[in-house]
Amino acid sequence: MSDTRELILEAKHVTKRYPASGGRTLTACRDVSLNFYRGKTLGIVGESGCGKSTFLRMVASLEKPDEGEILYRGQDLARLKGEKLRQHRQKIQMVFQDPAAAFSPKMKVMDIICEPLLNFKRIKRSEKEAAARKFLEMVELPGEFALRYPHHMSGGQRQRIGIARALTLEPELILCDEATSSLDVSVQKTIIELLVKLQREKQIAYGFVCHDVALVQSLAHQVAVMYLGSVMEILPGDQAASGCVHPYTKALIGSVFDLHMDFQKPIESMDDEAPSPFDMPPGCPFQSRCPQCMEICRRERPALKEIGEGHLAACHLTAQGETE
Amino acid sequence: MLSMRNVSVTYGNNPVPAVENFSLEMKQGEIVSIVGESRSGKTTVIRAVLGCLPGGGYVSRGEISFEGRPVSGFGREEWRRLRGTEISMIFQDSGAMLNPVRRIGSQYVEYIRTHEKMGRRAAWERGARMLEQMRLPDGEHIMRSYPFQLSGGQRQRVGIAMAMTFQPKLLLADEPTSALDVTTQAQIVRQMLKLREEYHTGIIMVTHNLGEAAYMADRILVMKEGHIVDAGTREQILAHPSSAYTRNLLDSVPALGGYRFV
Repeated sequence: MSDTRELILEAKHVTKRYPASGGRTLTACRDVSLNFYRGKTLGIVGESGCGKSTFLRMVASLEKPDEGEILYRGQDLARLKGEKLRQHRQKIQMVFQDPAAAFSPKMKVMDIICEPLLNFKRIKRSEKEAAARKFLEMVELPGEFALRYPHHMSGGQRQRIGIARALTLEPELILCDEATSSLDVSVQKTIIELLVKLQREKQIAYGFVCHDVALVQSLAHQVAVMYLGSVMEILPGDQAASGCVHPYTKALIGSVFDLHMDFQKPIESMDDEAPSPFDMPPGCPFQSRCPQCMEICRRERPALKEIGEGHLAACHLTAQGETE
Repeated sequence: MLSMRNVSVTYGNNPVPAVENFSLEMKQGEIVSIVGESRSGKTTVIRAVLGCLPGGGYVSRGEISFEGRPVSGFGREEWRRLRGTEISMIFQDSGAMLNPVRRIGSQYVEYIRTHEKMGRRAAWERGARMLEQMRLPDGEHIMRSYPFQLSGGQRQRVGIAMAMTFQPKLLLADEPTSALDVTTQAQIVRQMLKLREEYHTGIIMVTHNLGEAAYMADRILVMKEGHIVDAGTREQILAHPSSAYTRNLLDSVPALGGYRFV
């Protein structure tokens, strides 16, 4: 891998467990190692409950990992406390799935957008409206929206305001947790175009979590596929559709309804449900649904191994070189 | 089987109808998809078919008839005989349809016995058998579970099983897969296609997923702001959409290995 890329944040072997009822523990993320680079997008896909949101929350310092470390420019985030942590939060911002729930309904748009700026004393109260107009323009909304309330806006407009608020502190990394999932496709497209434009202008890194494989591969430089807390495959975005090797990635892509698919062919889908994260079997997490499960898969957990440039997979098949 | 002629639906005193001039003729065993974005009126259409429009909605113009009989003249008793047996519906989240503090079995038995004279034991067995046909392993176990103990995909199968118990002639599906993961989505779609094969059920599938609509349907209707803007077979809609709106919609759908933004 050519290292012209500038590493911003590095997650190393991060594990997160939650206590659950009956004295059990739920491992939401297991040994996850992912990197964020300046001006690049890391897309994370997977089914619900695969730990993708938990991972984002740890990167945003909303949760602490139980094992492993998250390094922001070499600095361990878990050690930051108090004022230092507060100052650090400016660097990483988040955009949420439901912008209606992320804003206080009693605040005007300009208060929403400028709250972070006021918190960090970057502007004076008197400059609020002007600042809000500037950021509204940046997300392609008319300036007079500054005086409105969020419930007067459509979902797409609200999501733009969520993006504007995330932009105010000039973060290096913006984490989008299903940021476009509740929007209609045509609106989704405009939001993605906006995100990509902002990335080009400001060299922002994105962490883009989404369950839509087709969407993620269209905007991510690197795609990580997660399943039940583990990363199964990491591959360059432009190869996601054609170059994937992991059986889970293939199954995930096979079950997408694509407009250009062969409609005569029956849709592929896995029959079983994902096993409960409470009683995970030893070995590969995907073994119970994998069409190519072998004996070793039941015993030994496959490690992520590099199989090509920027392409890693955690599968015994590739380790043995048995896939095409 | 179903015929809708120039149907308009109005909510309360709102002067603008939510759906205007909607027409659809459907034969048994046919699958029609209604595609559109939020507030296009797609859900209103199928709710009008079932005569259960929420919030003061009513059919202000046009006529809906099922098997030659206009539904507007139906009384309570006629609707009760029709709903759940001849026409049934699957919702986006079947979990919300179920009572959270009662087991699936007790609700299923009640549902069956409302529509047919049958003993408890027999109704229970019929429910369990139906669940197994929807590929829910161990129907007995599901019958004894509470809705929250099941996954989203399992709950949706319970919803489909209940809707299909009396082998309705027409199944109305309101975004049945939108809340599900892609892998489960594909499973549910396969299940619905099998319904047509086995029971010759006509399906109206409301969805915002164009790919899914194209995969399932014989015919696709594209709706926007209460109007049909495009209608035709899959080929016609995908390859030669007649309206700019449909073209834009098709362009917005991210495709695997297709256009990349970066």
